Amino acid sequence: MKFIKTIAAVGGLMAMTGAAWAQEYPERPIQMIVPWGAGGGTDAVGRLLGAEIQKELGVPVNVVNRTGGSGVVGHSAIANADPDGYTIGIMTIEIDMMHWQGLTDLTYEDFDVLAIVNSDPGGVMVSADAGYDSVEALLEKIKSEPAGTFKASGTGQGGIWHVGLAGWLLSEGLAPDHVTFVPSQGAAPGLTDMVAGGVDIVPSSLAEGRSMIDAKRVVPLATMSADRQDAFPDVPTLAESTGSDWNVAVWRSVAAPAGLPEDVKVKLMDAIETAYHSDAYQDFMKDRGFGLRWAKGDDATSIVAADDAVFGDVMTKAGLAAE
Amino acid sequence: MSIVIEAANLVFQPYVLLVIFGAAAFGMFVGAIPGLTATMATALLVPVTFFMDPVPAIATIVTATAMAIFAGDIPGTLLRMPGTPASAAYVQDAYAMTRQGRPEAALGASLVFSSIGGIFGTLVLISASPVLAEIALKFSSFEYFWLVVLGLSCAVFISPGSPARGLIALFIGLFAATVGLDNPAAVPRYTFGSVEMMGGVQFIPAMIGLFAVSEVIRAFIKRASDVRPPSTSGKSIFRQQATNLVTYPVQALRGSVLGTAIGALPGAGADIAAWISYAISKKFSKTPEKFGKGHVEGLVEAGASNNGAMSGAWIPALVFGIPGDSITAIVIGVLYIKGINPGPMVFITQPEMIYAVFIVFLLANVIMLPLGWIAIKGARHVLSIPQKVLMPVILMFCMVGSFAINNSVFGIGLMLFFGVIGFLMEENDIPIAPAILGLVLGPMLEQNFVTSMIKSDGSFLAFFERPIAAGLGLFSIAIWTIPLVLWLLHRRSARQSLT
Repeated sequence: MKFIKTIAAVGGLMAMTGAAWAQEYPERPIQMIVPWGAGGGTDAVGRLLGAEIQKELGVPVNVVNRTGGSGVVGHSAIANADPDGYTIGIMTIEIDMMHWQGLTDLTYEDFDVLAIVNSDPGGVMVSADAGYDSVEALLEKIKSEPAGTFKASGTGQGGIWHVGLAGWLLSEGLAPDHVTFVPSQGAAPGLTDMVAGGVDIVPSSLAEGRSMIDAKRVVPLATMSADRQDAFPDVPTLAESTGSDWNVAVWRSVAAPAGLPEDVKVKLMDAIETAYHSDAYQDFMKDRGFGLRWAKGDDATSIVAADDAVFGDVMTKAGLAAE
Repeated sequence: MSIVIEAANLVFQPYVLLVIFGAAAFGMFVGAIPGLTATMATALLVPVTFFMDPVPAIATIVTATAMAIFAGDIPGTLLRMPGTPASAAYVQDAYAMTRQGRPEAALGASLVFSSIGGIFGTLVLISASPVLAEIALKFSSFEYFWLVVLGLSCAVFISPGSPARGLIALFIGLFAATVGLDNPAAVPRYTFGSVEMMGGVQFIPAMIGLFAVSEVIRAFIKRASDVRPPSTSGKSIFRQQATNLVTYPVQALRGSVLGTAIGALPGAGADIAAWISYAISKKFSKTPEKFGKGHVEGLVEAGASNNGAMSGAWIPALVFGIPGDSITAIVIGVLYIKGINPGPMVFITQPEMIYAVFIVFLLANVIMLPLGWIAIKGARHVLSIPQKVLMPVILMFCMVGSFAINNSVFGIGLMLFFGVIGFLMEENDIPIAPAILGLVLGPMLEQNFVTSMIKSDGSFLAFFERPIAAGLGLFSIAIWTIPLVLWLLHRRSARQSLT
């Protein structure tokens, strides 16, 4: 009985202080929605960032996985929440693709993009058994064989690496479907299938193929970025090797429903910035082989908007966009 | 040998042992709550492991998951709420044993044979990882397609009634699996414009609905009399299992071997392994008619297979960094953070680390026995609660579990819907288990079929062009056709003998 009384007293006290401090954000726990499953890369980034933001703001940040529908379910849950700063989420690159596919009306404009916290460029990987030593040799072979001879895999239909592949082929003057894309449940099954002889190319980020590259089963031929990657200094860029100017990178961002009050937005962005620069986050990303990238507020929004336009163009040409 | 001693030094330290014990208790707790999964337990532990040394970090996760998987059998056995699709394979038998007042015998069997399967899998992992991983790498979508077909075929063999009823249930499950957006073409199906439906039918709420809610509905309609567990069966939990081991040594071994082998394939896993093992057990049993009615034989084989597969999943994970299931996927991430990069080199550059991990595996499977014993002793008291009190509590747990899986009320709706479906199915003697299998394997079937057809430019012959695929394919076809041919021959000879 004494226990219950204590609880009631503490509760009453908290309610009073809550009322007195109502102006000061944040006064209660923040929910962070992750549109992908527990245990994946996005989940890990969300949980670690959440823990750091929690230290910064002094209220619990609860990570909640809302999965399914290739990210549509989770992104909708973020966008449809009240823009009061108590629901934020990890927005991933799929937001720039799913509306082109006609899966949802949601676009990045339904969110306040707070910050981009990670980015990994696409790559060109082949099986070690295939015997290619450069991306030029691979491209030569792709061009000399009829369309559909080569198969590639690494994401679902219309996923980021599908678009990345189509964009690369277009930049080399080929039809976007000259290499047939085989949908898979992510990069790991795609890589496994490639080593088993099922497909020829996996255009996912090199970080995702790291263990197979170390095991000498997979050969990285190129990175689809402007500069070489720190983790793979020997892998040339597309521009260096074939002269293609195609760049694509998958990013992760922290976003909130559109229409946050300005003071809340500033406070959140500052907390995320501190979290991003924390040793825990920096070390984690380096150890996992994830690329670090920082942009906040309007800078982040313009990156998201630029990708949206590019993907719309490539997806329309590749027949991946809805009519 | 010095490497093993060095590895043992890393493990047998008070701090590491304390961590293992704590993780085991945590895993037991999470696993025993229906709807909270081993994957969830692992994901929750990851931030904690950031502050640990490599060996205790890995030990935490390995122990917690092994324990959570076993603990998932507790609500399955006592309340008919299986924790994982793998344990759904034998929940019918386990629950029937509870209804007969033998819950300890059922839980004891799943505990002891889980441990045996896990230890067997670990020994294989230690001795033959590189070789097995090479074989696993030969599996492409063609081979997985046939493996899934084999798994689904089991639904027909395990159904207690006629195969036709098993097929009906299977198709209900397969149909539910087509809902949503997560299909190879990424086209929304049967979503009716709802965002939640795009996520498809998640199997945890569906499974809780089909098994547990249907049981609650039945209890309220039929007013079933309370089950009173006998005060004690006279034999201790472990002595009963010694008898089982003597009676079913072949089953335990077969389950362990098959489980480890299927678990080592990155695209398969514990779900398929447990179901195939259960079907094999029934097929070769001297008393197949007892299956599904509280017979321990299938429990022995499928339980061993389940945990053998859990250990087997580490083979491709450690040798090539390829995750076999969601749990190994998480652990590969943790390994990277701790500077142990999975791959063939780790066996050469950091052998003491790898051996330490192996010792942890063995410890986790051994510590399971005493902790599991305590859990069983405690859990049986649930049954002395009167039904009219217990059933609403079960319903509440069902709701919590269905909500927790995706933090959405939609999960609860899904659970209630499938509860009614499950009730209607059982009232019409349609078994539930095949529907679960269809729901779990349906997406894999579709994914592997469609990607194979794209790869082969639409030629079905490609399913027989690769040697392993051809073997699996012919075997699957034989399973379906041989009984039919035998039946036709039998009928013809019967007719000839009449004339």
